[in-house]
Amino acid sequence: MTKSELISALSAAHPHLNARDVELIVQTILTEISTALSRGDRVEIRGFGAFVVKKRDARQGRNPRTGSTVAVSEKTIPFFKAGKELRERVNAQVSGAHLPGTHLSRSKRG
Amino acid sequence: MTTVTRAQLVEHIYSQVGLSRHESADLLESVLEMIVSRLEQGETVKLSGFGTFSVRQKGRRVGRNPKTGIEVPILPRSVLVFRPSQILRAEVNGESTEGLATESDES
Repeated sequence: MTKSELISALSAAHPHLNARDVELIVQTILTEISTALSRGDRVEIRGFGAFVVKKRDARQGRNPRTGSTVAVSEKTIPFFKAGKELRERVNAQVSGAHLPGTHLSRSKRG
Repeated sequence: MTTVTRAQLVEHIYSQVGLSRHESADLLESVLEMIVSRLEQGETVKLSGFGTFSVRQKGRRVGRNPKTGIEVPILPRSVLVFRPSQILRAEVNGESTEGLATESDES
């Protein structure tokens, strides 16, 4: 599924919203996660997962073609760790375990 | 370092779109649920400019309880992997995202 397919599917599920708003919602969520990570913040969505940034130290890398050493500077990597429910749901068919009632559990609007 | 949670995401949707907080919260859940339900079916979800979520099949292997040293079989399983897009990687490093084409929606 691509972003545009996600937007179409959401529009179909929420017919009272226009497609432009649905697109704005999806984009707002993604932009906010990206912005938070850029600030070095973490984003934690219970049941779904957590987005964090990890620091990678500077290192001596190698150009795989020539074998010459190149300095790789320190950098930050976005990282996603799946939450428990997501992990279990993704794994459900393989293990054959049926997990009753594992919908992204979230008390209906607190 | 602070943590962004559902509440902040809902606030952003609320302020960007003309929806009530209640509806904003519902829509956020709807977006997440739709992504999860596709992943559950083994489908890959590509969000251009952000990253790709995909499900990887892992084979059976022998693991070891690190505390006791006892061998335990690890059964075949499916795990989720997230690959951040070039744009997200650049943003997180404070680099310019100019010139990085939003990877288009095709695979």
